Amino acid sequence: MAILTKEEAKKIIDKVLSYSKADELSVNLTGERTGNIRYARNTVSTSGEAENQSLIVTAVMGKRTGTTTINEFDNASLEKAVRRAEELARLAPESPEYVPMLGPQKYLDTPTFAESTAKIDPLYRAQAAFDSIDPCEKKKLTAAGYLEDTTGFSAIGNSKGLFGYNRSTSVDFSITARTADGTGSGYVARDFTDTAKLSTKDATNIAIQKALASTNARALEPGKYTVILEPTAAGNLIQPMLFNLDARSADEGRSFMSKKGGGTRIGEKFFDERVNIISDPMNAEIPSSPFAGGGGRFGGGGPGGGGGGPDGRPQEKTVWVENGVVKNLSYSRYWAEKKGVNAIPPPSGIIIQGGSQSLADLIKSTEKGILVTRFWYIRAVDPQTQLYTGLTRDGTFYIENGQIKFPVKNFRFNESPVIMLNNLEAMGKPMRVSGHLIPPMKIRDFTFTSLSDAV
Amino acid sequence: MGMGGLMLPHLSAAGIPVQGHAVPPESFLSSGMDVALKKRLADAALNTAKSKGASYADVRIGRYLNQFVITRENRVQNIVNTESYGVGIRVIVNGCWGFAAIGDTQSEADIAKAADKAVAIAKANARLVKEPVQLAPQKGFGEVSWKAPITKNAFEVPIKEKVDLLLSVNDAAMKNGANFVNSVLFMVNEQKYFASTDGSYIDQDVHRIWPNFTVTAVDPASGKFQTRNSLSAPVGMSYEYLQTNPSDKVDGVTTRYKMGYDMLEDVVAAAKQAKQKITAKSVEAGKYDLVLDPSHLWLTIHESVGHPLELDRVLGYEANYAGTSFATLDKWQSKNFNYGSNKVNFIADKTQVGSLGAVGWDDEGVKTKQWDLVKDGTLVNYQAIRDQVHIIGEKESQGCCYADSWDSVQFQRMANVSLLAGKTPLSVQEMIKDVKKGIYIIGDGSFSIDQQRYNFQFGGQLFYEIKDGQIAGMLKDVAYQSNTQEFWNSCVQVCDQNDYRMGGSFFDGKGQPSQSSAVSHGSSTARFNGVNVINTARKI
Repeated sequence: MAILTKEEAKKIIDKVLSYSKADELSVNLTGERTGNIRYARNTVSTSGEAENQSLIVTAVMGKRTGTTTINEFDNASLEKAVRRAEELARLAPESPEYVPMLGPQKYLDTPTFAESTAKIDPLYRAQAAFDSIDPCEKKKLTAAGYLEDTTGFSAIGNSKGLFGYNRSTSVDFSITARTADGTGSGYVARDFTDTAKLSTKDATNIAIQKALASTNARALEPGKYTVILEPTAAGNLIQPMLFNLDARSADEGRSFMSKKGGGTRIGEKFFDERVNIISDPMNAEIPSSPFAGGGGRFGGGGPGGGGGGPDGRPQEKTVWVENGVVKNLSYSRYWAEKKGVNAIPPPSGIIIQGGSQSLADLIKSTEKGILVTRFWYIRAVDPQTQLYTGLTRDGTFYIENGQIKFPVKNFRFNESPVIMLNNLEAMGKPMRVSGHLIPPMKIRDFTFTSLSDAV
Repeated sequence: MGMGGLMLPHLSAAGIPVQGHAVPPESFLSSGMDVALKKRLADAALNTAKSKGASYADVRIGRYLNQFVITRENRVQNIVNTESYGVGIRVIVNGCWGFAAIGDTQSEADIAKAADKAVAIAKANARLVKEPVQLAPQKGFGEVSWKAPITKNAFEVPIKEKVDLLLSVNDAAMKNGANFVNSVLFMVNEQKYFASTDGSYIDQDVHRIWPNFTVTAVDPASGKFQTRNSLSAPVGMSYEYLQTNPSDKVDGVTTRYKMGYDMLEDVVAAAKQAKQKITAKSVEAGKYDLVLDPSHLWLTIHESVGHPLELDRVLGYEANYAGTSFATLDKWQSKNFNYGSNKVNFIADKTQVGSLGAVGWDDEGVKTKQWDLVKDGTLVNYQAIRDQVHIIGEKESQGCCYADSWDSVQFQRMANVSLLAGKTPLSVQEMIKDVKKGIYIIGDGSFSIDQQRYNFQFGGQLFYEIKDGQIAGMLKDVAYQSNTQEFWNSCVQVCDQNDYRMGGSFFDGKGQPSQSSAVSHGSSTARFNGVNVINTARKI
């Protein structure tokens, strides 16, 4: 019952709209079924399934909005929800940031759903866990991992004729393999729309290799190093900055995108000219919702036409950074109207366009450097400069003359992705990381500030 | 990106994690489901689970209420009321856990179906089990209840009163030089019913509140901006936290608060200090003696003591996410692992009045208590729950099991972990008087620690240079880096009980899928000698 078809969803939304006496009414209907399995110490620890669905109704009276939510869909409940939203709207203060709801929109048909993922059941999850635990046991390693699958839909509609529907699936898998003595650790994470692309066994074998290769790590002095960041590591560090590409905070003078003296830094060259960043909901590797805040795998969007659900803005291919120059920032509809510009919604998945080289090619071309598998506990230190701190984890290696020489102890870094993307040496072929497409990157002068004993 | 660390919301982005459905505020006033009905539903789950072969089962029927009032400058950005109700059932079959949850139902048949699913999941996974669950015995308590000792229920306070408070706070900030101010009132009520095949039926009513703000000052000429966050703490109280008595205030370089928070007074100070931070002196990197206020130190305790002493981390259950721990079993078994100097005593506690972790029973029906973790600097114990305590030779759980929702499975979570006050009378003024080259840090800021809890880095809200026993002025760009054992061994003094205060977090993240838990950490101001301070200023 949790996953409705487009027709079923439209029927309910139309019914809700038919009860409206408000100036404007919007509806967001969502449903989700999610299951997971978790294991540690080579055995399953927890596993479960949950289902949820809800219907959010937002009524507008003048510049006042009210929102209510229900999860029973009989006619009486639907009408009651509309009356209640209207009642709340009458009681609410006028919003100085009110923007009228959007009319009908054209949405892309994004490939966000895979039947194979929707079919995942407890036996599938148990097998996926077994395929990961078994190879670890055979190598006398300890596996800890997690698999989560989600199937969901989101439908939106309003009294101005807007309607949109999207259903989506996702599967997320991660595995940490550790040596019995705790001196080696390896990690791999994978996420897909279609679970047919996932092999927990293949992913685990990479984690096993890293665990075995990372024992007896040597300590190097902290300082500035050339680093090769695997896509997971590069994604870890760049994502937080990308979510700060918001126009309003830049205009207000409280963002790294604020211009001295006022305004934003759109049009300025910010990064190395090889840096190109786009978003595209149709991308086959990272498909995402065709409307902003449309649920499913990725958030994005932000508060809608009254604080209840997505505002229905279409997601389209957008260029954020071109040849190192910032081309666009995201806008709320209110701020875009105030500034008289197009209201580009925040992106779902980000694509950093890389090159064609493999990770192995990047290593081969490196005279001296550090290979980083992943970063951990990344937190902003200074929003003005986008300075972040965090640590390397689960496989850090020293490279010399194009070869991995030995494992090194983990480092703490203090680095800004802005500085990092100016110190770019090379980029390889992008791969999907947490819903984004991120290439491996070679960066010079990356700042490590101290050593960690953690494995 | 999931991090398995402490999650703090960005108020300016209003990106506060919201759970449950939006509801009208008046629905908060309904008292929820009748206890007799909850018992009947619970029995439906327990009986089904037993009849399908479960050797143990528990059921949690939860109603979770949240209210956020979110404002900026002269306007209300959003008022969010959410309610989430449902039933979560956990079973052991063939030595393996299974869990299933179902929302929004009062039907015994629906709940029995969910219990059936939990059993099916346990059976599917049982073939992978290498360590069958060993559950510490727990006597049933029969039908009992616990209620947080609040005196003014925030959910009964009219929205208008809350909006008026925040808008007056914002107005005060703007009048005192702020360019922007975001303020939030965040209120939580967990109505939890727990029943198990051990014979417990436990009804609990938990309250939490967190009033807070961020003030931003911008200097357009230089393009620089600075923020100052509120010095409030999230607490296990309700609206009475906003009624201050003079005895709740701690005077000094800026006013700090005990169990009552004066939001208007704090925002005036914040507006002035945010401006002052823009022109403050940038710190010179090097070794300093640090004097750390409880509004700051709670976070260092949380990360470097609370987390490493969670037994599930020590054992490897969090290896794929939050990480493991340097405080391994052999260190505890040695009985002489030197966690800190002899000034350092940490306790775990699930009973402290006004704390975020306080409840009568935990989420697997264990009566809560207080126990020692580090005594006179030596590691003496961990935090453990029913399926773990046998590993540390204990006969019963310590009572620190928690689930953040009816549809999340309960697991070991951090108790309130606190540094005991110094036994010798000592005030902050007396402590500072003896410091030659130091930094006094107030409020929590940036924070990061490795996955085994050795290496950490912390920032703060306010930094004051101490020169020859005197506060010499404000600093900025300060962060300190250290190693847990080295840091707590550099602790030379802890102020006495008069200075004791709690800080805490609403959003401690752990587990996959990630769950958040609220936890408090108490301390008095403490001094740490010779800590490495870095300068965080950069040019982009």
